[in-house]
Amino acid sequence: MNIVVCVKQVPDTATERKLRSDDKTLDRDAADGVVNELDEYAVEEALKLKEAHGGEVTVLTMGPGKAAETIRKALAMGADKAVHLSDDALHGSDALSTSYAMAQVLNKVGFDLVILGSESTDARTGMLAAMLAERLGTPQLTLANKVDVEGTSITIQRITDYGYDKVSASLPAVVSVVEKINEPRYPSFKGIMAAKKKPVETLAIGDASIDASLVGLGAAWSSVVDFAAAPPRAAGTIVKDEGDGGTKAADFLASKKFI
Amino acid sequence: MSEILVLVEQVEGEVKKVTLELLTLARSLGTPAAVWAGPGITAEAKSRLAEYGAEKIYVADSGDIVDYVVAPKAELLAQLVADKSPVAVLVAATAESKEIAGRLAVKTDSGVITDAVGLGEGFVADQSIFGGGVNVRSKVSKGTPIVAVRPNSTAPVAASGAGAEEQVSVTLSDAAKAARIVERVKQEKGARPELTEAAIVVSGGRGVGSAENFSVIEGLADALGAAVGASRAATDAGWYPHQFQVGQTGKTVSPQLYIAAGISGAIQHRAGMQTAKTIVAINKDPEAPIFELADYGVVGDLHQVVPQLTEEVNKRK
Repeated sequence: MNIVVCVKQVPDTATERKLRSDDKTLDRDAADGVVNELDEYAVEEALKLKEAHGGEVTVLTMGPGKAAETIRKALAMGADKAVHLSDDALHGSDALSTSYAMAQVLNKVGFDLVILGSESTDARTGMLAAMLAERLGTPQLTLANKVDVEGTSITIQRITDYGYDKVSASLPAVVSVVEKINEPRYPSFKGIMAAKKKPVETLAIGDASIDASLVGLGAAWSSVVDFAAAPPRAAGTIVKDEGDGGTKAADFLASKKFI
Repeated sequence: MSEILVLVEQVEGEVKKVTLELLTLARSLGTPAAVWAGPGITAEAKSRLAEYGAEKIYVADSGDIVDYVVAPKAELLAQLVADKSPVAVLVAATAESKEIAGRLAVKTDSGVITDAVGLGEGFVADQSIFGGGVNVRSKVSKGTPIVAVRPNSTAPVAASGAGAEEQVSVTLSDAAKAARIVERVKQEKGARPELTEAAIVVSGGRGVGSAENFSVIEGLADALGAAVGASRAATDAGWYPHQFQVGQTGKTVSPQLYIAAGISGAIQHRAGMQTAKTIVAINKDPEAPIFELADYGVVGDLHQVVPQLTEEVNKRK
């Protein structure tokens, strides 16, 4: 099975994240880049499926040169090779542009299964997997907390508000995974060393037949009008519990008409 | 007529509160038209939609629409966008409806904005990003604006509309019927409101100490008619099911009142609750960052404070 797992480098949540004042895009230099957490579950699921069914795991990322760190981590976990779509023309791409560019690459490299984390911790739109399924014309098997493949059929458990839906389709397909679907492995020393020798193909937009007029900030279907740091919340009242903390909290709730 | 499509969220025929909020919002920007995607519309649901301002109710009651994942609803909306030329499409910012919005955006070559917490003139949307640290205003620049609005972004206000029903038949493509739902598994969740929709959320964290002790959190939630949430520390420890996790990798909530008990308030948690209108924190550690957000904080042991609060709430009801 030919599995492509999409990973994204995101700013570390623990550092201060900012937008750039000049073009209102994410300031990638202001914060440390880390692998989007949910993508680690996607990599783990890809590796487990490969271990069970054979085949190959290719890591795909779109992002500036620095995003190669994210590729290395996925290769160190055990992926076989990687494709890095990197081009200045992609800077500022929104979800529509990103899904278009990634679909072009996926069509070029080929796949039986595409696996993604269900959302990124920076933009958090949660739309990319659905958009890819739409563009690729393949089944959308998203928000999975369990994935089973048998021959060319695939079944997932899709989490819902009431529990889950069991969803079936035929490969090729696009899958997104939620937290807790598995326990992502830590790269071993051997894995880290081996990753250095694994092939990484770097593509510019022309290499994947990506139309420059459909990507980047200028092509975006939506734009930031303005932004500002959120005003700090007005300082609240903090009391120490002297045996009446619950009663005092109830007084507060009553003053706000919650009770 | 500037029609705004509102995709109805419903559970077993009952219209969810977020849909009434979206109709209220749509009324301030144009003429709301509700879209019911799937079978099972009831007279009660129709009158509810009309009561909150739906001038039209488009009903596509083919079973196929709900038998496959997401794609059929996106096709239905794309057909309505083509036929009715609405000025915008509003959906709730739930995981599934954001996926519908994403596919619709591709189909209609339109911009899409997710997790709006407000929407104004010209469909300029307010968003709160980076764990609540930055407020952004954004707008769609191409096509028909598609906006996914977070529950509790506005208070639902009734103002009746005509509620004229129009049947819509949609012919689904084969591609839309590629991921078939073969079974729906309903898990026991009791009578509590749904986490992302609830007006009040009571969450427990590391300070709760054990799975058994979550009954303290549930007790307060039930007294307030609230949903129960949990921090990642609590779900990672296995004290509470993962689907109730509030935070960066879990659910995002924006309730009127958020009560955090035994939660320190790490950025990952704040990312999921910082847009709550009123925040109450109970924590032993006076230095806990959650107190920086709190409108009211009690420094103390939640095992003392929360049961006392529950008792007071029950007494004063």
